[in-house]
Amino acid sequence: MADITSNFLGIKSPNPFWLASAPPTDKKINVLRAFEAGWGGVVWKTLGSQVKNVSSRYSAVDYHGSRVMGFNNIELISDRPLDINLKEIVEVLKLFPDRAMVVSLMADNDRKSWHDIIAKVEDTGAHGLELNFGCPHGMTERGMGAAVGQDPEIARMVVEWVMEKATIPVITKLTPNVHSVVPTGKAAVEAGTSALSLINTIQSVTGINLDTLVPNPYVAGKSVFGGYCGPAVKPIALKFLTTIAQDATTSKVPVSGIGGISTWKDAVEFMLLGASNVQVCTAAMKHGFRIVEDMCEGLNNWMDEKGFKTLDDFIGKSVNKIVHWEDLDINYHHIAQIDQTKCIHCGLCYIACEDTSHQSINLDFGKPYNTYTIKDEECVGCNLCELVCPVENCITMVEHRVAPEYVNWIDYQKLGLPLNDH
Amino acid sequence: MPIENNRLTSDQYQENFSDIHPPFETKEAALTEANRCLFCYDAPCMKSCPTSINVPKFIKQITTDNVKGSAHTIFESNILGAGCSRVCPVEKLCEGACVYNLMDETPIHIAKLQRYSTEMALEKKWPLFIRKPSNGKKVAIVGAGPAGLSCAHVLSREGIDVTVYEKESKGGGLMTYGIAAYKVTPAFCEEEVNYILSIGGIEIKYNHELGKNITLEELQKNYDAVYLGFGVGVARQLNIPGEELEGVVDAISFIYDVRTKGYENVPVGDKVAVIGMGMTAIDAATQARRLGAKEVTLVYRRTQEEMPCTEAELDIAMLDECKIIWLAAPKEVIGGGGKVVKLVCSVMKLGEPDASGRRSPVETDETLTLDVDMVIKAAGQIPFTELVNKNSIENANGKIKINNTATNIKGVFAGGDCVNGGREVVDAVQAGKDGAFEILKYFEEL
Repeated sequence: MADITSNFLGIKSPNPFWLASAPPTDKKINVLRAFEAGWGGVVWKTLGSQVKNVSSRYSAVDYHGSRVMGFNNIELISDRPLDINLKEIVEVLKLFPDRAMVVSLMADNDRKSWHDIIAKVEDTGAHGLELNFGCPHGMTERGMGAAVGQDPEIARMVVEWVMEKATIPVITKLTPNVHSVVPTGKAAVEAGTSALSLINTIQSVTGINLDTLVPNPYVAGKSVFGGYCGPAVKPIALKFLTTIAQDATTSKVPVSGIGGISTWKDAVEFMLLGASNVQVCTAAMKHGFRIVEDMCEGLNNWMDEKGFKTLDDFIGKSVNKIVHWEDLDINYHHIAQIDQTKCIHCGLCYIACEDTSHQSINLDFGKPYNTYTIKDEECVGCNLCELVCPVENCITMVEHRVAPEYVNWIDYQKLGLPLNDH
Repeated sequence: MPIENNRLTSDQYQENFSDIHPPFETKEAALTEANRCLFCYDAPCMKSCPTSINVPKFIKQITTDNVKGSAHTIFESNILGAGCSRVCPVEKLCEGACVYNLMDETPIHIAKLQRYSTEMALEKKWPLFIRKPSNGKKVAIVGAGPAGLSCAHVLSREGIDVTVYEKESKGGGLMTYGIAAYKVTPAFCEEEVNYILSIGGIEIKYNHELGKNITLEELQKNYDAVYLGFGVGVARQLNIPGEELEGVVDAISFIYDVRTKGYENVPVGDKVAVIGMGMTAIDAATQARRLGAKEVTLVYRRTQEEMPCTEAELDIAMLDECKIIWLAAPKEVIGGGGKVVKLVCSVMKLGEPDASGRRSPVETDETLTLDVDMVIKAAGQIPFTELVNKNSIENANGKIKINNTATNIKGVFAGGDCVNGGREVVDAVQAGKDGAFEILKYFEEL
């Protein structure tokens, strides 16, 4: 059995799966249920000046019969009194001393407010702080949340205030509602943050009710931009994570990965791109806390199969595999191959290639089943047919190098090699 | 061993004749199934439908909440799409061709999805087709069955005034009178006919039978073209001794009675033999059981290999605990007091392939005898030979000969069972469409 215990800035947890700061970590009862289910830690829902929430609060994007491919919320930070939250944090810590307890904070935008709230939270015995520089709605209008994360200099200033006071590890959470997360990440690291976490939610409109013409979620005939999350945002989160993992400054601190993680596989992907642990929210909101069971078991089995004994054995292993386009090997070429014994004649590869790609699939009409074959000389190796094929391993991409040696785009130009070779 | 009616309670009748393939109960159920569809290109299911319904398209339309569009897609190819969704032998047509079969997965429940869309259209009476303004052309159609109705609808859409002459008092043909009630109820058939007629421009004259109270000459004189879709007639005779005995009935009349008289009014024996193994034979056998017959035996002169019904139909019969005797041909019905008491069959063996490519049954010296009190004949139906001959319509053993739906008489077209001798409803629907297109072309060339 692999060892899946996690040590994030000295904050230990039995597994790398934390619940992100969000409604599931708003109250003692939720957090106790999460810990009973096996979660390694939580980031308690953001504390700050008490707010008022509206009804309704969530909306979602369904896709092809699957519910909640993407999820959107317009909740603000915790709307419960600060002292109740603090009291409950103490109680939970007492009941589950082996789990990570990090508290998310978003104080009013002045030094004193930050110092005051840090002092109160540290009194609970919490293990760490997470600075919410990412909330994309409601708080931004008050100069908080994403308004901080979107301006590296404001972020630097706030992190500096925090670091003056904090005695426990500080994680700065970044907003994806920027062109690049690196400038703010850099500013936070330079200001002394112990770690980064990303991504927070992405501003969005999930859809419109076609009867009332009011976008979702509905609040008395109106709506508002919400924060988008769930499986749909995972690829965006992975991209932002990679830029942090590859930057000389931001890569110096550990990163907690967030964004659409629903399974152990998603978690492994985040960790391969440099996340030391991961935070989950939407998947738990859709299925309940029990999903952590398979996350732990799946991670364990995968690590055993791959021979990884601890999380550190694989964290960051894919970071250097994402390069600049100019560094890609132009002599690499592969072409599709259809296994006729597996083909079910659905024609999806054909119509995708014929209509939208390179007309590289041959069709022989049959009744009722057509036969599809690849025109090797036409195939550019784009993968589209393989991606749309409903049968696993029916279409495979077979390597046919143009030449044995590695040639990147820069060299290619220098060598004066032909552009019209296809 | 009496033949009697009223064998069951009304609850039992209700249960026995309830929908054998119930529809989706919820939208979610339909969506779950619709979302399973791969949306194949040049889809095998579509190519396996005699009316070429664009199956992937109509299923995709269910998933996009465009049920109206879905129903239109179906009806555009098959105006009896609602009925076909209940009676089509889909396991050998669209669903049999579904690519999921090749993955050893359950094929998409195409019929059930088709029923979902079309029944909503019927229920909500969506006006999905608009008839072009009348162009003054008039067509007479003989027979308000699937072929005639399908022909009428295409013609009416094109602005032609259609009059349908129907010998029965209801439309729908064998859909209304010749199919097991647990597949389609007479009430459903009526709803479907009304929906087809709702486009306007189609008048049905009921209780008008060609050769009885109307003549082909009259129709030719009063209309610009005539389409014959009068189907096939009585059940094929067995031509064996004892066939005239009380208790020997033909399947078509038996099913007709089940569908028109009320279940409790249809008499059935204790021990029933059904001759044949086509769809009609199965419908007769299962309904005899469902009316309360204690023992029903299907007798077929060939083997399961050659049977005309589908495996799914055979399964229904077996689930209804009908017995099956393969390789047995009726030789004599023995009576007692004028009533059926025994059926003697020759034991057969398979010989050389015949014209249909199936190995033909050859009589052996052996016989077997069944104690029965009722014999239902379902060995196929006979074309209206006399009617077509009398009207000098070129035919082969009563089956009208056509050239692209045109008969030998100018301006007279034909299709459906009266041409092919009896096939599926969906084949008749396509024949009606073909006829209508041919008539439209005929008008253009006039």
